[in-house]
Amino acid sequence: MIRSNDILGMIHSNAYDACLSELTNMRTMGSVPFGGRYRLIDFTLSNMVNAGIGKVGVLTKSNYQSLMDHLGTGRAWDLARKHGGMYLLPPFVTGENGNFGNRLDAIKGNLHFIARSDEEYVLMSDCNVVMNFSVSEFVAFHEKTGADISILVKRGKVPAMANMLVFETDGSSRVTSAVFGEAGEEGTFSTNIYFMKKALLERLVNEAAALKKKNFEEDIILANINSLKIFAMEHKGFAYAIDSLAAYYEANMALLEAPNAHDLFTSKRPIYTKVRDDMPALYGIESNVENCLISDGCVIKGRVENCILARGVTVEKGAVVRNSIIMQDSFIGAGAHAENVIFDKSVVLKPGKTLCGAEGFPVFVGKGIVI
Amino acid sequence: MSKKTECIAMLLAGGQGSRLGILTKNIAKPAVPYGGKYRIIDFPLSNCVNSGIYTVGVLTQYQPLELNDYIGNGAAWDLDRESGGVHILSPYQQIEGSEWYKGTANAIYQNINFIDRYDPEYVCILSGDHIYKMDYSKMLAYHKEKDAACTIAMLEVPWEEASRFGLMLVDDNGAITAFEEKPKEPHSNKASMGVYVFTWSKLREYLLADEADETSSNDFGKDLIPAMHQAGERLFAYCFDGYWKDVGTIDSLWEANLDLLRPSVDLDLSDPSWRIYSKSSAAPPHYISAKAKVQNSMITEGCSIAGEVDYSVLFARVKVEEGAVVDSSIVMPGTVIKKGAVVQYAIVAENAVIEPGAVVGEKPENTKNRDEWGVAVVGAGVRVGQGARVAPKAMVGEDVPAVSAEEEEK
Repeated sequence: MIRSNDILGMIHSNAYDACLSELTNMRTMGSVPFGGRYRLIDFTLSNMVNAGIGKVGVLTKSNYQSLMDHLGTGRAWDLARKHGGMYLLPPFVTGENGNFGNRLDAIKGNLHFIARSDEEYVLMSDCNVVMNFSVSEFVAFHEKTGADISILVKRGKVPAMANMLVFETDGSSRVTSAVFGEAGEEGTFSTNIYFMKKALLERLVNEAAALKKKNFEEDIILANINSLKIFAMEHKGFAYAIDSLAAYYEANMALLEAPNAHDLFTSKRPIYTKVRDDMPALYGIESNVENCLISDGCVIKGRVENCILARGVTVEKGAVVRNSIIMQDSFIGAGAHAENVIFDKSVVLKPGKTLCGAEGFPVFVGKGIVI
Repeated sequence: MSKKTECIAMLLAGGQGSRLGILTKNIAKPAVPYGGKYRIIDFPLSNCVNSGIYTVGVLTQYQPLELNDYIGNGAAWDLDRESGGVHILSPYQQIEGSEWYKGTANAIYQNINFIDRYDPEYVCILSGDHIYKMDYSKMLAYHKEKDAACTIAMLEVPWEEASRFGLMLVDDNGAITAFEEKPKEPHSNKASMGVYVFTWSKLREYLLADEADETSSNDFGKDLIPAMHQAGERLFAYCFDGYWKDVGTIDSLWEANLDLLRPSVDLDLSDPSWRIYSKSSAAPPHYISAKAKVQNSMITEGCSIAGEVDYSVLFARVKVEEGAVVDSSIVMPGTVIKKGAVVQYAIVAENAVIEPGAVVGEKPENTKNRDEWGVAVVGAGVRVGQGARVAPKAMVGEDVPAVSAEEEEK
C-alpha cells in the first residue's frame, strides 16, 4: 500500500503555454482562468491534495508572477505547511540546462529538489487537461499492475499538442506500442500524468541527459516501452485537453451541461481555489439570466444567456451578453451587446457598444482593454 | 507572556438567541447564517481585522461546537497568527470550582488572565449578535481623545422605537449624563449598540468589584457600567451612523437579509476597502438554467436554480428545481426545494428538503387574519413532505408528513 504522504507531486505550470498564446501572454498555463472562479492549476492541485499528497513542487519557466499571486503560500489547498507543502520552483538555469525548453529540461533543472524530497514516488502533471480524477485510484492501479510507470490516458480525438503520445495496450492495460499522435484522429492519448518511483525518474532523466537527449516523451517513454513495464489507466469521466483558444471556449461552455459540471465539481473531491471574499452575486429587478454559470461578486441587471461569468463581473441594465466567457471584474455597460466573446480580466465594454464574434469563433479581448 | 498589545477585542458569543427558536437549537446565535455566505460573527470579526485589531478572544458557552469549528484557527479572517490571533474562550474549571459565564461582565472577569497576558491599554467589548460595518479604530481614537474610562457606541434610533433600547443621555461634549433601560417614555433616542471600549486598568478594577458584589447580576449594561457612572468615571458616547441591526428575532433576521437587496440600505458588502470575510464553501459558481427566472435576489456559489426566485437570499449549494417558487425568503446552505414547491415569506434553515408541491409560508396579502401573519420557519434538516403546508408564522422543527391530493381537498 503506497502511503499518500510518500508521493511527491510535480506540476509543470508552463507546459503548452503556446497553445493558448492569447491567454498566456502575461501568465502561465496554470494561472489561466477557467470555469468562472478557478485557474487551471486548481484542478491539478486539488486532485493531488484530495488524495492526501502533502508536498507539491510547481515548476515554472516564465511569466509566473500571476501564478505566484494565485498560489500564495498554498493555504487554499492546505499546502501551507511546516513539513512539505507547496514549493514554487522558479527556473534554475545553469550552463548545462537550457531555460526549460521542454519537460526533460524542466525536470533536470529541478533534480536537486526531487533528490532532496523524502517521498518514494512521484506524480507528474501538466495544467491544461481539465478534469477531476481520483489520484488514489490511479496509485492503486499502479500497485495492482506492478507497473514501473503508469500513465493516465483518455480516449477520444487526439489534441493538437506537441509530443502527444498515443498508446496501444494489451488486455492488462500494459502499453505495447506508442506513437506521436495526429491531431484530430481518434485514439488513446496521454493526459501527461505520470506516476513512478522517484528513483526511476531520477535515473531515467540522468541517463537521458548524459546522452544529450532532449525529449521526455521520445527519449524516456517511447525508448523504454519494451524495457520497462508501462501501464495506461483510462480516465472515463469529464476531461478536456485545452490545446487552443477554441478548445478553451468549448471546455468552459461544456460546464453548462449538468453531467459535465457534476463530474468536474463532485462534492467527493472539491476543487479548491484562492478565495476572494466577494459578496454573493446580486440580481437586479430587471435581470434575465438563462443557462449560465455565475460567480460571487457579480452584479447582474441585464440579460445574460449561455455564459460563464467570473467573479466580480457587472452587467448593467439593458445590456445583453450571449455565448461568452467574461473574466474577473469585467464590466458590460448599460445597453451594450456582447456575443461570442472571451473577455480577459477587467475588460470594459462601454455603454451602448456592440461586440460580436462568429458562432464557434469567439473574439478575444485582452486584459484591461476598454472598448 | 505574550507580546504587549495596545488594544484587544473580547467578543461575547455565548448567547443562545432564544428568540430565534429552532434556528438556534443546535448552534449559538453568532453562528447563524446571514447574507448568503456569511454568519453573524463574520461581521464583528471582519470589523476587528479591518480596524487593525488582531487579538480577539471569542467567549463561547451555548452550543459551541459549530461556532468553534467555523472559527477554527481563524485563517478565514487572517487571524491565524504567531502573536495574537483568535482564541476561543470557554468556561473552565478552577481550583475554587467551576462555573458557567453568569453574565457578560462575569464572562470577561473569568478571562482576566487571558487579557493580562497581552497587557493591553484598552479592551474592546463586542457582541456577536449584530450586523454592521464599523471602524473600531476611530472609536478607540475618540476614547483616547476624551481620556475616557469607557466609551459606548451609540446609534440614533427613531423615537417611536426608542423604548425598545438601552438609551443614553449625552451632554454637548459627548459625556454620558444618564442611562435609561427600555423606558416607557424615552428622553433620548441614542441607543447603545453593545460595543464598548474600556481602558483596561479601569475595567479590571470594576470587574473585580462587580464580582465581589453578591447582589450584582454581573452584566455590563445593568451593573458594571452604572457602577462606573455612579463612581463618577468618565463615560462617553461615540456616535455611529451606519447600518446596524440586531438580528435577534425571526422578523429582524429576515428583514436584515432582505435589506441586502435594497439599494437604499447602507450596507455594501462589495466594498473592497471593508471586506467581510467568511469561510469559503469551496463550491463551484452557481448555475442558472434556461428555465429559471431570477430577479432581485442574492445567490451564491454551489446553487443550482431551475425555478423562480424573486426577492430572496440563497445560501451555498441551495437547489431550486423546475417549477418551484422562492419568493421573499431566506434559504440556508444545502437546502433542496423540489419541483412545484413554493417557499414564500419564510426562512428555511440548512439542509432542509421541501418536497414537491409543498407550500411554506404565505403572502401577507393572501392571509385571512393579518394579525396572525408572520414569517414561516423550517428548521435545519427538516423534510416538509409532498403537498404539505407550513402555515405563516409557524416554526417547524420536525419533519412534516406528506399530504395526498385527496386529503388536500378535504
